[in-house]
Amino acid sequence: MLSRTAENLFWLARYVERAEYLARTIDATLRVTALPAAYVGKTNEWDSALLTAGVGASFYDHYEEANERNVVEYLSVSAENPSSIRNCIEAARLNSRSVRTALTSEMWDTINSAWIELQAVWSKGTGNREELAKFLRFVQETSLRFDGSAYRTMLRNDAYWFSRLGVHLERADNTARILDVKYHVLLPEEEHVGGPLDYYQWTSILRSVSATTAYHWVYRETLKPWLIADLLILNDTLPRSLASCYSNLVRNLDQIGVAYGRQGPSQRHARGIRNRLEHSHMDDIFQRGVHEFIQEFIADNSRLGEIITKQYLI
Amino acid sequence: MAAAFDEMNGLGGDLRPAYQELSRWLKETPADALEYRRQEAELLFRRIGITFAVYGDAEATERLIPFDVIPRIMSASEWTLLEKGLKQRVLALNMFLKDIYHGRDILRANIIPEDLIFQNPVFRPEMNGQDVPHDIYVHIAGIDIIRTDADNFIVLEDNARTPSGVSYMLENREIMMRLFPDLFARHRVAPVERYPDELLSALRSVAPHSAAAEPTVALMTPGVYNSAYYEHSFLADKLGIELVEGRDLIVKNDEVFMRTTEGLKRVDVIYRRVDDDFLDPLTFRPDSALGVPGLMSAYAAGNITLANAVGTGIADDKAIYSYMPDIVKFYLSEEPILKNVQTWRCREPQDLSYVLDNLADLVVKEVHGSGGYGMLIGPAATKATIEAFRDKLKREPEGFIAQPTLALSTCPTCTDKGLAPRHVDLRPFVLTGSDRTTIVPGGLTRVALKEGSLVVNSSQGGGTKDTWILSE
Repeated sequence: MLSRTAENLFWLARYVERAEYLARTIDATLRVTALPAAYVGKTNEWDSALLTAGVGASFYDHYEEANERNVVEYLSVSAENPSSIRNCIEAARLNSRSVRTALTSEMWDTINSAWIELQAVWSKGTGNREELAKFLRFVQETSLRFDGSAYRTMLRNDAYWFSRLGVHLERADNTARILDVKYHVLLPEEEHVGGPLDYYQWTSILRSVSATTAYHWVYRETLKPWLIADLLILNDTLPRSLASCYSNLVRNLDQIGVAYGRQGPSQRHARGIRNRLEHSHMDDIFQRGVHEFIQEFIADNSRLGEIITKQYLI
Repeated sequence: MAAAFDEMNGLGGDLRPAYQELSRWLKETPADALEYRRQEAELLFRRIGITFAVYGDAEATERLIPFDVIPRIMSASEWTLLEKGLKQRVLALNMFLKDIYHGRDILRANIIPEDLIFQNPVFRPEMNGQDVPHDIYVHIAGIDIIRTDADNFIVLEDNARTPSGVSYMLENREIMMRLFPDLFARHRVAPVERYPDELLSALRSVAPHSAAAEPTVALMTPGVYNSAYYEHSFLADKLGIELVEGRDLIVKNDEVFMRTTEGLKRVDVIYRRVDDDFLDPLTFRPDSALGVPGLMSAYAAGNITLANAVGTGIADDKAIYSYMPDIVKFYLSEEPILKNVQTWRCREPQDLSYVLDNLADLVVKEVHGSGGYGMLIGPAATKATIEAFRDKLKREPEGFIAQPTLALSTCPTCTDKGLAPRHVDLRPFVLTGSDRTTIVPGGLTRVALKEGSLVVNSSQGGGTKDTWILSE
């Protein structure tokens, strides 16, 4: 397939995934900030929402204060923020238009209808809490529909695999960013000093990766920060964990390699990261430092994006 | 202006046979049911994303072309005549182009003045002596047809460069079949759905000799911001070929390749929807980022077929248009089946003076214009506009032609005040491959939605209709 088509599919999937992640982040932050201050401590949750979205610096070019109104606006409807939900949806639609021939009609319909629907939100803003909640739900549903359409209607060929690469690379990045910002509340048992204060932080983390129920099914335990870290990093059964994203990345890259009759640097690099995750234990990670581990992962993950681009997309 | 010929009711108000069922159906169908389906159609178009861009209109970069749900219907015998005339016309266009870029018999026979060719900006000297596979220059033609009575089809314009609109022919039919199955059940409408297959086989049939047994065809688009982008992606999809932009292509050793995820892949035929000027920055406009450096050199080497060929603009130029009846006679020794609109060539002094004296009654068009931009419709224009045009004409007479204001036929159309006659034209698409010329029965009917308006161009507020050719 055309390199440009593959590139568009890859980024289309990333934009949709990112839009959903932003919606989840806003949703989770709204919940935690709705609690009385005694439960959440003194940290500014809106600041950490900006950080997990990777726009902590650019925000202050446009606003003075990281409060609910400003942050919600910047992350959702702002045209100034290159990775706002709005710009993700706009970019996804533009990419879809460029690669219409590689999309199934269901995928196109999902993106195009959402884009039409959301024009009103861009011009009017997200409105009151109720309208905001509706908007955030709509964005998440759009992503689910898009993912579902891709899964159910696409031919299992390189178009599908490149699109999946985009999903998993972006998802891994998102999960890693939450961990990066919140790692200090996820310390191992012996170091943990938090009280009920952190409980809501933990819930919030799980909620932003839609894993609250999953946690209980996997561990059958009350919330323990080190288990949350284990779930998000090493548990292959949770679709948003780093381990699961890398199983998928390796599988999709292998499929491309087999179809093209050639393996290359991206297959090797992805396998390297996957092996490291497979052979890691939380104890070691804690020992070496969660923060360092996550930062290294973020760099490795973004390096994979570059290698894929060089090998296939240009 | 006198009442125009109506496709449904003729001149005298007698229902024409092809419209009998439709008329009966319209009487049975309540107005609100029609309105409901009209809205449904609009919703479908928007969801499918069938939009077009209007240049210079920042507000609405993506607009819908209004769709009118009342079909335009033609009988089998009308179509047979039209089809014959179209094949004759396109054959003459191809022979003319071959001649112009080779022996130039027609110039030596003094049928067409030389300077009209050689001074013409759409004439491409690069094509002199260049052979194209099977001598086909115009693989895809869109011939704009109008009628003023029941007996004659008149060509308004030949589109021999990159005619668009065929996606509407196909999508209009899809949507009509979805919305009005009952109406279809009462007619025998010839299908149009084989157009993409016919197009693909025509394109493959003209692959260069150096191509593999299974030639690779690609559709080249200027990109998502082009007004006809939807159509480009639609056709690429229906044909199952890659939709490429200039940056996806690269020329090496006079062969054209596309950049794919598996490396470079040779391309043999390019169905290009990019104008000549933007094909190759080395040959044409150096400032163009849309093209492929070296493409013309691969073309000259005979390693790539471009459809349509480079330089076809000389055949659909409005100044050349006025010579089409002579062109048909010259190459085919036949009388033209399709008529021409009477045309005054402003480059000729006596024509110019007639035109200047009668501006208020005439339509004046730029020789190189298209899409309804830059034309004067005398009867509808203000005094000031007419005077401005008079100046332009005097300054650059060779840039214009003039035609009488024709009463284009009308067809019943949904309006705010119920069904009313609106003027229509028809663009059928003529495909020429190495072994045959095909015209899918139908075409794009464009309708001027404003009462009394004669301008059907989508860029000027025109709409479209489904076009039905009835089987015997």
